[in-house]
Formats: sequence, C-alpha cells, structure tokens
Amino acid sequence: MSTTTVANPGYRERVGYQAALLGGFAFVATALLVIGDLATRDAIAQREAEDLLASLSQVIPAGLHDNALLADAITLDTTDGALTVYRALRGLEVTGVAFETVGPGYAGPIRVLLGIGADGRVLGARVLSHTETPGLGDKIEVARDDWILRFDGKSLGEPPPERWAVQKDGGDFDQFSGATITPRAVVRAVKRGLERFAAHRDTLTASAVQQVSSDP
Amino acid sequence: MSTVEKTTTHWSRIARDGVWDNNVVMAQSLALCPLLAVTGTATNGLGLGLASIVVMVASGLLVSLLRGIITPQVRIPVFVLIIATLVTLVDLGMNAWMHDLHKVLGLFIPLIVTNCAILGRAESFASRQAPLPAAFDGLMMGVGFTLVLVALGAVREALGAGTLFANASLLLGESLGWLEVTLIPDYRGFLLMILPPGGFIAMGVLLAGKRLLDRRLAARQAAKAATGLAAGV
Repeated sequence: MSTTTVANPGYRERVGYQAALLGGFAFVATALLVIGDLATRDAIAQREAEDLLASLSQVIPAGLHDNALLADAITLDTTDGALTVYRALRGLEVTGVAFETVGPGYAGPIRVLLGIGADGRVLGARVLSHTETPGLGDKIEVARDDWILRFDGKSLGEPPPERWAVQKDGGDFDQFSGATITPRAVVRAVKRGLERFAAHRDTLTASAVQQVSSDP
Repeated sequence: MSTVEKTTTHWSRIARDGVWDNNVVMAQSLALCPLLAVTGTATNGLGLGLASIVVMVASGLLVSLLRGIITPQVRIPVFVLIIATLVTLVDLGMNAWMHDLHKVLGLFIPLIVTNCAILGRAESFASRQAPLPAAFDGLMMGVGFTLVLVALGAVREALGAGTLFANASLLLGESLGWLEVTLIPDYRGFLLMILPPGGFIAMGVLLAGKRLLDRRLAARQAAKAATGLAAGV
C-alpha cells in the first residue's frame, strides 16, 4: 500500500520517524483515554449507584427502613473475602439486610442480590447478572418470569434444608422446562446466602447504635 | 488536490457501494462475529449498528486526516490504536450519559473493535481519500451494516420469539415504543433461531437472497442493453 496523495520524503523512511510516529500516537491515545476516563468517572459512578439502589429497593421494601441504604453499608469478612452488606434501618434497629450471593450457572456465575429480613426470611431476590441461554435460562430475570418471586418469605427452616432444591432433586422449587442447571444454581445461591446470614446473624443485626457508640 | 475532484463525482457510487454493492456483510463477508452475536433481536441489531456508524464515521475521518503523516510501515498498529481509542471513548461516554442504553448495548460495544470492516475501510479507503469522502464512506458502510443487522435481527426475532423490536423503547425512548410488536401471541419460541446456529442459517438465507436478486438485476440489465443495441442498429 502507498499513500497516493503525498510523496514520500526521505525522513519518513527512517526507523526513528516510524518509532516516533507510533509512540506519538500511543501517547495521544493514552492522553485521550485518561481525559475520557476523568470526564466520565463521576457520572458513571453515580449511574451505577442509582442502579444498585434500584436493585436494592426491589429486595428491601421501602416501608421497612428509613435510612439511605447505600450509606449504611458494612463490610463483612468471610472466607471468600470481604462482602458488602447493605442494612435497612428503622431508627437504629436493623430490620433487614441485602447482599450479593453467587451460584454457578450453566454458562457462568449467576449473581443474585438477596434481601433478608431480621427474622431470617427472604424479603426478595433479584438476579443482577448472568450469562444463561436466552429463551431458556433467562426466566430467572424478574422482567421475563415471576419465578424468582417464589423465594419471598422462605427461610432456612421453611422449607426444611433438604428441600432447598429444585423439584428434580427432590426439593420444593420448580425448574423450568429445558433448564435445570440455571434454577438449581439460583436456589443454591439463595440457600447459601441464607446460611451466610445465619452464621453472621449477630454481627449483621446488631443495632446500629452499638457501632456508633463504639466510635469515640 | 486532484483526489477531491475525482471523488466529488463519486458520492452516489460510495453510497451504493456501502449499502448494497460492496456491503460489509453481504459482499465482503466481514464483521460476522459482532453480527451473529447480537442479532437475537432487531433492537439489539439496531443498537450495535448505530454505535458502529459513529465509530466508522469518526475513524474514516481521522484516518483520512492523518494519512499524510502515517507511513505504510506502521499504519496497521496506528489504525488499530485509533479505532480502539474511539470505541473506548464511545463506551465511556455512553455509560456516563446514556446509561439505560448502555445497559442494553454495553456488552456489544467492545465487539465493535472486533469489527474488521472498520480496519478494512481505514486501510482500503480512508487512507487514500480526502476527509469528507472518507467520512461519508464510513457513514454508508455503517448504514449498510446496520441494515443487515436489523434485517437479520428481525428475522431471527420474529421466528425465534414471535416479537419485533422488543425493548425498542429502552433504546430509542418511549416515543418509539410503538415499534414493539408482538407478531405471534403466546408463541412458545423457537430457540434455534435465537442461538448462534440460527444466526448462521438466517445469514445464509439472506446471502442467497442477495445473490439471487443481483443475478436477476444483472440479467435484466443485460436484456435491456441487448434490446437497446438492437433498437440502435
């Protein structure tokens, strides 16, 4: 290939020119990306916070709390690393918590946001992201099917632990036709979330006043 | 510059090339990866098409403006750098200011980089032409690509899910919500068409259709030329 409009002067054939050209373009591209990142970072963070708040409001009923859910988050140290737990407070009393729990889906991890009341019952569960087969596994999205609403009100004792499974595995939750792995993963994720809540119940539902008073 | 005079007469040629004769997908068989990945619905196709148009116009313009200083030896890395930077900036900008749209298309925008048609046009057209024709070529190539995306998406969506332009209001705003049509109520769905194999099948049928149409047009033109010749004699 040759550019037809510009005659090639000698210096353009030098290695130094080529290197400087490539380096110059890399520099300009980097500068543009840095500027682009700086210009959009705040807006993107704000949009993502709004998304998170919208998801949280689906798993924690508005009547249950009078605080800003994003502001009263605590971090829980678990075996899988730090877990951010959003707390619903009425006054200083914890009425519910919400956190993310993950199950292994058919084509990748399924991230579920799980809201649990102080009494250990599921307030709501919503799939945050998944890579399941469109038309089959995506019925776990609330926009497509009300399947995920079946977890509302369930707790670790009800149904009993051995029935926390899809019907095919002898459990209480129905799978959908053509997809078993996907609902199984969601059931497992919700169950694991409830178990995690049970294991850390005292920390999670400790009244907010204690934490405030522990600060000098 | 001589190229300007030469190209100003070719606007309609550029348009025709981009949309039909030298269509990115139908004639060059490029950009198949993003094409088959997103065309599960017509709306997704339209979304990726619009984003691709923006990148193709900008890359055509930039490559043409810089063609005087880019040497043949390093042109490919420089073109790749330009395109990748543009795509990343579009991705960031959409995430910040068109967030709902980005949630629908976010997955597909990085796929634009894999669209070899953009690099192909930078290499074979933009790097040899004046800025305006180069940008126009990007626009028309993008329009041609978008038409195929929407057509393929519409066929697969209609057969696979029984709807047309589902979720279009997310992409285009509530005012265009009327585009969302349910063709077949209570349709159980035909999964094959939504999965990649259905994409290949529908794509093959579309390609065959274009070949058939082209051949018929050529035959008609040949017939016309023959009668014209006969009348002239």
